[in-house]
Amino acid sequence: MKPRPSTGRKLADLVVKGLSIAASLLGIFVLGWILFEVGRRGIAALNWDFFTQLPTPPGVDGGGLSSAIVGTLIITALATVIGVPVGMMAGVYLAEVGKGTRLASVVRFTINVMMGIPSIIIGLFIYTIMVLPVGRFSGLAGAVALAIIMLPVVARTADDMLNLVPNELRESALALGLPRWRVTFAVVFRSAKSGLVTGVLLAVARVSGETAPLLFTSLNSVYWPTSISEPMSNLTVTIFNYAMSPYPDWQQAAWGASLLIMAAVLFVNIISRGMFRERKK
Amino acid sequence: MNPIKISTRGLTFFYGEQQVLFGNDLDIAQGKVTAIIGPSGCGKSTHIRVYNRIYELYRDQRATGRVLLDGKNILANDEDLIELRRRVGMIFQKPTPFPMTVYDNVAYGLKMHYKLSRSEMRDRVEEALKQAALWDEVKDELSRPGMALSGGQQQRLCIARAIAVEPEVLLMDEPTSAIDPVATARIEELIESFKGRYTVAIVTHNMQQAARISDFTAFFFEGKIVEFGATEKIFTNPDEKQTEDYITGRFG
Repeated sequence: MKPRPSTGRKLADLVVKGLSIAASLLGIFVLGWILFEVGRRGIAALNWDFFTQLPTPPGVDGGGLSSAIVGTLIITALATVIGVPVGMMAGVYLAEVGKGTRLASVVRFTINVMMGIPSIIIGLFIYTIMVLPVGRFSGLAGAVALAIIMLPVVARTADDMLNLVPNELRESALALGLPRWRVTFAVVFRSAKSGLVTGVLLAVARVSGETAPLLFTSLNSVYWPTSISEPMSNLTVTIFNYAMSPYPDWQQAAWGASLLIMAAVLFVNIISRGMFRERKK
Repeated sequence: MNPIKISTRGLTFFYGEQQVLFGNDLDIAQGKVTAIIGPSGCGKSTHIRVYNRIYELYRDQRATGRVLLDGKNILANDEDLIELRRRVGMIFQKPTPFPMTVYDNVAYGLKMHYKLSRSEMRDRVEEALKQAALWDEVKDELSRPGMALSGGQQQRLCIARAIAVEPEVLLMDEPTSAIDPVATARIEELIESFKGRYTVAIVTHNMQQAARISDFTAFFFEGKIVEFGATEKIFTNPDEKQTEDYITGRFG
């Protein structure tokens, strides 16, 4: 029996290989382009005033986005404080307490659905339950909206990371007479620590660039943030407003703010990657 | 006859719908080493996993029958699992040090069960590590992570951790199958040294090991106990043909 000539198959192999390499390079190229463009345009806006001064009207020199930077930090921190514990405990339910129950699979499914909800809808939802009734936009409403976005991300990663911990470890801790909650928090959490922290960092990175949920909730402000029950200045809505404005100095500031967020997200991502690598060692 | 520490009567066990133990009776003698042998999947690990009710971690597993520890049925609903597991320690096939330092690995369980001053704690940890024949090797690296030790050392660390809380019974589920022969020999010596002090039930695939270290041997096959008796008798003159076939390597 004479084998078929292999030339055709070799050629197909080559084509598939070439296409996949080209696609990956395209992805890297686009990312590189974005980084380059934002960096090039944003770097000019970053100076001492940018970090320390309040915004000025268009055409007035020397303004900065200090209020928006602080506002974003407050909203994100508040969202983390609300979203992470809830998400973490949901993850504990999925992977430890309720493992294998019907409720756990319902919760897991719900969490996956939640991850897919467009963030603008979460913004609208919070608008109806937290902004409309009191008739005022607030930083707190923004934080709650972001917390809702973080919750499924944290719960899902916690579930995955806790599931990576071998049952032998749970058994040996239980066999020593530790109560179940100690087994979870002292032994299993410790074992999954870097993965859990990575999950939190990724959730923070995920929400720090969100704009839509803040548009209807914390809105924006030109003042220094003083109360979480009032509209709160933040970077993403500022970018939205400034970039849409006809004033070149505002547009410039929008690029600066973009660069700042991008650098922060990149930084958090690199940190979490580093932590994850640590874990694998 | 020796006093009985654990007396099992009519023990059945299910993984979901599948029954794996069929009304077994077994007596574990106090202060002695009882080996449980048999081919893979015959229910030997399952049997000892009932003694500390560790199987309850899994929702679909359940046991019925009676297991009397010092005459009290531990399968009763009101059994205090935390105290039961303090009294009945367990060593697993794979060493599982906690993600903490060598010292904390031993101290953590102790802290759970006893209120001790810092210096008492140090003494107890040292004592446990000495009993597990690990002290000399780790006394200068108590603050290193437990995971950094060698496999055999990790297993002895797990033994130290288990005996630190002063159990009465030690369950060992193939404790040497994941470690090298030299480390295995050390652990067998340890088990010898436990005689009289602890009641040991050890599951093993290693026939020579059972013959070397145990006083009594139970031979399990397909979820039932085929034969139980003094190790010497089981290994030299078993009553059952099946037992003889297994220990001479004709099957299993």
